[in-house]
Amino acid sequence: MTGLASTTSTAAAPGATPPASRRAALSRWARRPWGLYAAIAFAAVLALAAIAPRLLATHDPLALDYPHSLHGPSWSNWFGTDESGRDLYSRVVFGARESLLIGLGAAAVGIVLALLLGSSAALAIKPAAVVVDRLVEILFTFPALLLALLLIAISGPSAVTEILAVGLGTAPGYARMIRGQILSAKRSAYVEAATALGHSRPRIVFAHILPNALRPLVAVFALSVGQSIVWASSLSFLGLGVAPPSSEWGALLDAGRQYIVQAGWLIVVPGLVIVAVALTATTIGRHLQSALERGEK
Amino acid sequence: MTPTSPSSWRAIARQVARKLLSAVVVLWGAATVAFFAQLALPGDRATAILNIRSGRAQLRTPAELAQINEQYGLQRPVIVQYLDYLRGLVGGDFGNSYQQYRPVTAIIGEQLGATLTLSLTAIVFAWALMVVWVTLTAGRGPRLRALGSLVDVVAAGLPAYWLGIILLLVFALGLRWFPVIGGTGVNGLILPALTLAIPLAGFMSQSTRAEFERALEQPFVISARMRGMGDTGVRVRHVLRHAVIPSVTLSGWALGATLSGAVIVESIFSRPGIGNVLVTAVSSQDLPVVVGIVTLVAVVYVLANLLVDIVYTVVDPRLAAS
Repeated sequence: MTGLASTTSTAAAPGATPPASRRAALSRWARRPWGLYAAIAFAAVLALAAIAPRLLATHDPLALDYPHSLHGPSWSNWFGTDESGRDLYSRVVFGARESLLIGLGAAAVGIVLALLLGSSAALAIKPAAVVVDRLVEILFTFPALLLALLLIAISGPSAVTEILAVGLGTAPGYARMIRGQILSAKRSAYVEAATALGHSRPRIVFAHILPNALRPLVAVFALSVGQSIVWASSLSFLGLGVAPPSSEWGALLDAGRQYIVQAGWLIVVPGLVIVAVALTATTIGRHLQSALERGEK
Repeated sequence: MTPTSPSSWRAIARQVARKLLSAVVVLWGAATVAFFAQLALPGDRATAILNIRSGRAQLRTPAELAQINEQYGLQRPVIVQYLDYLRGLVGGDFGNSYQQYRPVTAIIGEQLGATLTLSLTAIVFAWALMVVWVTLTAGRGPRLRALGSLVDVVAAGLPAYWLGIILLLVFALGLRWFPVIGGTGVNGLILPALTLAIPLAGFMSQSTRAEFERALEQPFVISARMRGMGDTGVRVRHVLRHAVIPSVTLSGWALGATLSGAVIVESIFSRPGIGNVLVTAVSSQDLPVVVGIVTLVAVVYVLANLLVDIVYTVVDPRLAAS
């Protein structure tokens, strides 16, 4: 805050009245990226829930308490209780680890696959590149959810299948993006200059093209984590992902579906958590993206 | 705008032919992926089919296996099966369901109408929402603009299952305006269609809004204003036309997105349709049905994109020249 105050006073003309500079400071304060701060704070809470859920939970997530089943949100049970009287808030907290691991895992699988496909489509020798390019195009015609369902139909529902399925589903879109990035880096002036200087092809690829083309991937990964969590929970919601005894968020949704009439919170609250996580990942991803773009200039 | 000379017509025809060819290649690839997905079932296929039918994993007698092998032609070389599969697809034959003992096309045929109705209604809703929202909020000063694009981003990111549940809770259970489940009439269609339409509208609004604000600065808008046209007239009659072009190019994608989104929406609202069939088929590993539906959606997606592409080439000859 002291740094901010000093820049304000130097920016204001000498002799300017204090209220004007205070207003400037206020408007600068209002323009700070509060959305980003909120996202980072929420991400920290999520990380804590994933690493040490006992610190945040108020109840044992598995303790049955039939007399208190299907109670709405209250002081003692912040998110209400489920059909066996288990505390929904504690279940959500304990579900964070599995849900986030599935999201991170799926995003990693998706990006690595996309990287392999996208960079070989852009950099391999002509006939191979054309084949990979077509393959990406073909995979892209299957909507992500359907590609994921196809894989689940073959190998049966489980957490590992869910990670692979979501990764496979999102990969074609990212592969196309990576291919475009590499191709535009290939056509850039600095690559032309490096070629003119007589640098070898591997050196140009690894020292110039890849670092420039792949820089946006950091941001894309953050965006992808949010998306992957949504896709994965969709699969669990359909009963085709992690099965209900687990408190993975999608599984919570699936378990809550039967009680939608009596206990709507069982499905609204976990859904809200997933939406908040997705928004958090998107916000952080977008800020990273614009920070990277500013860095390039 | 319309091409006149024969040489430009020839360029367009060449362009259209090239697009057709590439669509055929993509479709063939999609069918190949689908075929090999069916081979990927772990273990002996005939045993797998019998186990899927009975829902139990057990060893089968050679007599049982022989009958299945005979019926599905599993003993023939893979390449023969593959060519046979492709020949079948061209003639509209997707094979037989492992579980229901009937052709996949019959199963899809019964359910396709409901899903297509849902999909197309959702696209119409999405357009209506998008056009009204963008026309009202784009280029209207910083506050409305920020609100407009915030709503776009949030709407585009809403998971379908959650949105569907919220709509169901508020409008069917709370206000009782719509049936909770099983509504097959127009009333039962509105909430499911809205569930698909809202994220789609958010997605399309993002590109339409950018184009709308660019078009507002164009000379033809200034000249229309100078002729004394009111703000609403300018927005609706001049700007909107330019602004919706990117969304039109997204039509093929939108069709694919709503067809795959139907999987979730039909499950929430217990609506009949190919989405519901697909979920059941995936959980019972009835691969011919899964593969049939997935391939069908891919085909629809490719054809819709091809159509959009061709219409564009004909409408705007500059694309053929480049």
